[in-house]
Amino acid sequence: MSAEIEEKASAAASAADRRRPEPRHEPLVFERSGRGKVGYSLPPLDVPETLAIPPELTRSDIEGETEITEVEVARHFTRLSRLNFSIDQGLYPLGSCTMKHNPRTNEEVARLPGFAAAHPLAPEELTQGTLELAWRLERILIELTGLDRVTLQPSAGAQGELAGILMIRAALAKTGDPRRIVLIPDSAHGTNPASAHFAGYEVKELKSNARGTLDLDVLQAAMTEKVAALMLTVPNTLGVFEDRITEIARIVHAKGGYLYGDGANFNSFVGLARPGRMGIDVMHMNLHKTFSTPHGGGGPGSGPVAVTRALAPFLPRPTVERRSDGTFALDHDRPESIGRLRTFLGNFGMFVRALAYIAAYGNRIGDVARGAVLNANYIRAGLAGLYHLKYDAPTLHEVVFSDKRQAQRDVHAMDIGKRLMDYGFHPPTVYFPLIVPGALMIEPTETEGKAGLDAFVEAMRAIARESEEEPDVVRTAPHTTPVRRVDEVAAARNLVLRWRPSDAAAPRGAP
Amino acid sequence: MKFLPASDADREAMLRAIGVARVDDLFASIPAEVRGEPELPPPQSEIEIRRLFGELSARSANARSSAFFLGAGLYNHYVSAIADQMLYRAEWLTAYTPYQPEVSQGTLQSIFEFQTHVCLLTGLDVANASLYEGASALAEALLMAGRLCRGRRRAVLSAGIHPEYRETVRTYFANLDLEIAEVPLAADGGTDARALEAAVDERTFAVALQSPNFYGRVEDWKTASRAATARGALSIAVVAEAASLALLAPPGQAGIDIACGEAQSLGVPMQNGGPLLGFLACRTAHQRQIPGRLVGETRDAEGRRAFCLTLSTREQHIRREKATSNICTNQGLMALASNIHLSLLGRRGLREIATQSHAKAEYLKGRIATLPGYRIPYPGPTFNEFVVEAPAEAQPLLLRLARRGVLAGVPLSRYEAGSPNRFLVAVTELNTREEMDRLVAELGAAA
Amino acid sequence: MNPDDRHYTQSHEWVRIDRDIGTIGITDHAQKELGEIVYLELPEAGHVFNADEEFGTIESVKAVSELFTPISGEVVEVNSAAIAEPGIINDDPFGDGWLIRLKLSTDEEVRKLMTAEQYGEYVKSEEK
Repeated sequence: MSAEIEEKASAAASAADRRRPEPRHEPLVFERSGRGKVGYSLPPLDVPETLAIPPELTRSDIEGETEITEVEVARHFTRLSRLNFSIDQGLYPLGSCTMKHNPRTNEEVARLPGFAAAHPLAPEELTQGTLELAWRLERILIELTGLDRVTLQPSAGAQGELAGILMIRAALAKTGDPRRIVLIPDSAHGTNPASAHFAGYEVKELKSNARGTLDLDVLQAAMTEKVAALMLTVPNTLGVFEDRITEIARIVHAKGGYLYGDGANFNSFVGLARPGRMGIDVMHMNLHKTFSTPHGGGGPGSGPVAVTRALAPFLPRPTVERRSDGTFALDHDRPESIGRLRTFLGNFGMFVRALAYIAAYGNRIGDVARGAVLNANYIRAGLAGLYHLKYDAPTLHEVVFSDKRQAQRDVHAMDIGKRLMDYGFHPPTVYFPLIVPGALMIEPTETEGKAGLDAFVEAMRAIARESEEEPDVVRTAPHTTPVRRVDEVAAARNLVLRWRPSDAAAPRGAP
Repeated sequence: MKFLPASDADREAMLRAIGVARVDDLFASIPAEVRGEPELPPPQSEIEIRRLFGELSARSANARSSAFFLGAGLYNHYVSAIADQMLYRAEWLTAYTPYQPEVSQGTLQSIFEFQTHVCLLTGLDVANASLYEGASALAEALLMAGRLCRGRRRAVLSAGIHPEYRETVRTYFANLDLEIAEVPLAADGGTDARALEAAVDERTFAVALQSPNFYGRVEDWKTASRAATARGALSIAVVAEAASLALLAPPGQAGIDIACGEAQSLGVPMQNGGPLLGFLACRTAHQRQIPGRLVGETRDAEGRRAFCLTLSTREQHIRREKATSNICTNQGLMALASNIHLSLLGRRGLREIATQSHAKAEYLKGRIATLPGYRIPYPGPTFNEFVVEAPAEAQPLLLRLARRGVLAGVPLSRYEAGSPNRFLVAVTELNTREEMDRLVAELGAAA
Repeated sequence: MNPDDRHYTQSHEWVRIDRDIGTIGITDHAQKELGEIVYLELPEAGHVFNADEEFGTIESVKAVSELFTPISGEVVEVNSAAIAEPGIINDDPFGDGWLIRLKLSTDEEVRKLMTAEQYGEYVKSEEK
C-alpha cells in the first residue's frame, strides 16, 4: 500500500474506534449486589414465627449472597444472553449434536400444570395423565427402533450408555459369566469407553479400516467369548453407515456377545430404518438430539434406552405398564432389574417435549432423516475440493472434513472454527473423531434452509481463500465476537472457579 | 412441514448439485433388510397437539389443582415469573454447550455465577456446573472420594439418606469392587453418631450423611466429618431439600469435605421428577477430582475478563476410559433457572423462604400432633418435612384425601416394610394456613 | 535435536545419568504433542519406583498423560519450579524443565533404553 493510502486507512480506523467506545463487560451478578436492595416479595407469615432447631445447627446469614432488584436481574440476564450464539440466530453445524430447531409448541405444553407442577409420588389413580404420556412415548420409541421395550429413566445419553452396558452385564452374569471386555471402534465418542469402564469392563479399541468403518476381519479376530459387547455408533461418527451391520451383528452374536448401538446419529435414519432389524440388542437415543428437546446451554438431556425382549427383565426400575383395564401403573417389582440410575422416572419435562415433536411429524417422521441427509450431502458437495476429505465413503447426515490443506499454511481446524464466528456461524465440531486429524465435523440437520447452507458454504469458501492469502486473519480470529480468543491455558494454570466476597474489595475484570 | 425449510425448487437444486436424481438415492448404504417405516398416526397440528396434551395434563393431579404437601426429594417451592420467562429467550434455550467460549460468554458467566452460589450456600470452595440430579450426584461424590483415597474400598452411608439415592449408588457401584455399608437410624429417626463412627475403619474412603434426612430430621454435619477425620476418610454431606441451606449450618463450616445433592428446590419447578439439578461442591485441595463441567475465569486476547470451560482433560471426551466420570451433559437450563432464582431472592429472600417453610411446617406438625389418633413418631428437630403416624393404613387414607383435592403426603410403605401407617408431609412457603387447617380437618374426618 | 548425553523411552521420557543419579524429563516432541502444559503431579522425595512404573501425570489443556520412569530408584529431588510454573517444561524440556531425580537402584537398566539417534528414528516412524 502507498504511504498515503496507509495513512487514510489508519485515520479511518481510529475514527471508528473513537465512535465506538470499548464495550464494557457485564459484571457478575454478585458485583451488582448492594445492601438494602430487594428483588422479591413474599406474603407475610400467616402462622406464628418460630425456630425449633438447635442454634448450633443453624446459620444466621448467607455471606456474599446477592441483594439486587428485579430490574437488575432482567438487565443482567438479558445482556448475558446476548453474548450467546443460539440456533434461533443461525446455523450450528456441530457434528453429532443435531442442533435442530427447538419447536415452541414443546415449551408451551411442557409448562401445562399437569406436567410442570406434578409430583410422581401422588397416588397413581390421580396421575394417569403423566403415566399415560410416559407410556405413549415408550410405545412410539419402540415403534421407531423396532426393539421391544424402552426405559425412559436415563438422564442423558451417557447415562443411557451406562444403563445399556449394565443390562448386558446383568444378562451375561445370569448365564454365569459377565465377561471382561467391551469392543469399541477408535472413531467412537469418549462417553463409550468411559461408560464401559464404569460398568467394570476393560475396553479394547478396534482400528477402523481405510474406509473409516469397522474392519470385519479385525472384529472377527477380536470377538471372543471374553467379549461382552461391541459398542457401535450407527451411522458412525464419520456419518458413514456400516452397511455390513447385520453381518457385524452375526459375528458378535455367534460368540454370545451383545451389539450395543449408540443412537447419537439416529437423526440420519429415524423413520426410515429400524435398529431392531440390524441385529442391535440395545440402543440409547438422545431426546435432545434427534427429538428436538432444547440444548439449553449444555443440558438437560434425556437418554432413553431401547432393548430386545431378552434384556427387558434387566431394565431400570420402575417401568410404566398398562394394565388390562387400560389404566397405567408403575412396576417396581422387577427382581432382575439393574436398579435405579436416578430418582423418579427420568427427565419427564423432556418426555413431554419429545412427544409433542413426534406428534407433529407422525408417520412423516422419515422426512426428518431425508432432510438431514440431503442437507449434509449438499454441504459436502459444496466444500469438496476446498477442504480435505480423508474418507470418501458415502455419508448420511454429517460429513467430516479436515484442515490438512490449510495446515500447510499453518491454519488449523481451531482457527477455521474461530473465523467462522466472524461470519455469523457457530463452528462445527473440531478435532473429533480422533481418527481424522484436524477434523471439522459438520452436521446441518434438516431444519436448515438452502439459503443458510449456501451462506455457510460461502463462508467456508472465503476462509479457505483467506487461509491462502491472509492466513493471519484466520489464525487470530475471531475478531467481531463479544470477546476475542480466550486464553484457556491461563484458565487451567490459574484456576479461578468462583467469585468470593473478598473480591468485592479488589474487583477483577476489564478496566 | 413447518420445521423443514426446503421448497421443491430448493430440493431440485440441491439434488443437482450433489449429482443424484432423488433423495432416496442418498440412502443406498442402508441395506434393504433393515429398512422399515413406523406405524404412527398422521402429523398433528399445533392445535391438535395442544388439545391432546391439555387432556393428558387435566388427568394429572398437581400442586396447582390440589392442596399440596408432597416432598420425599421433590419440593413445591416458589419460582418467580421472571425466572421462568427468561428461559424462553432463544439465546438461553437454544444455545449449545459452551465449548466455544467466544460465542458463549452468556452461558459461561451464568454457570460461573451458579458455581459461586453453590459455594456460598454450602460453605465450600469449589462447585461444578451441575450434575443430573441428587441421586447420581451422590454416586459421583462417592466415586470422587474413592479416587482421592486410593486403595480404600469401603463407603459408609447413613440410612437416613433418601432410599432412591442409596439404590442409585448400589447400581453405580455394582461392578466396581467397592463395598457399601449402611448404618441404620436410631429409634428417634436420626443418625446414631456412635454407630456411624463404629462403622468407619481404615478401609473407609467416605462417610455420607443427609440433612435434613429422609424423615425430615435435621442432622449434625459434624457427626460425619468427625467420624471421617478420625480414620482419614472423606465426609460427604447430602442435601435433598436445598432450601434448607439458607437456614441450616453450612456443611463447609462443619468440616465436611464434599457436599452434594439436589438443588431443585432452588428455582426449578417439580416437572414430575425431572429435569432436576444435581450439585457438587468440594474443597480447593480436591478440585482436580471434581466430576462434570467446570467454568473458570480468564482473559481474552485483548485482556478482557472472559470465562471458559476448564479442567476438561478430566472429562470423557478427552480422557475416555480414564475419565473422572462418563458425564457429558450438565443441567444447563436448570442451572440458569436456579441462578436467576438465587440471584433474585438472594441473601434475605432465601432465608425468608426457609424460615417461612420451617415455621409453617412447625405449625402443621403441632396441629397434627394434637389430632386424636395421630402422632408424630420422631420428636427431633425438622426443617420442613416430618413423619406422621395415622391411626390406619396411610395409603388408602391419602388416596381418599387426594380424591378430595388434598395431596397430603407420601406413604412410607413405598420405601419400607413395617410402617404401613406412616407418611411423610412436606410444607413450604407456598402452603397457606387455610390449606393446612383444611388438611388437619380432612385427616381428622378420615380417621 | 535430541541431546546425546541421555537415553530415551518409547513413552517420550528421557533420563540423564550422572554417577548414581538419574534426572528424568519429557522430550521436546512430547511437549509439542501435549501443547501448553498447565499442571504437573509429581511424587514426593523418598518414594521408590521400579522401571516402567507411573510416577506422575502431566496435563495440558487438551490432554493428560501419565509419566513413566525409565529406571528404578528412589526419588531424591523434585522440580518444584516446574510444578509452580509448568510452562518451563514447554520452554526448556531438556534443561530447566526436568521433572524428578532418582538415586539409581542399578546400572543395568539404561542399556535397554534408546539412544538419541534411535529415539529420533522412533519418533519419525511413529509419525507415519
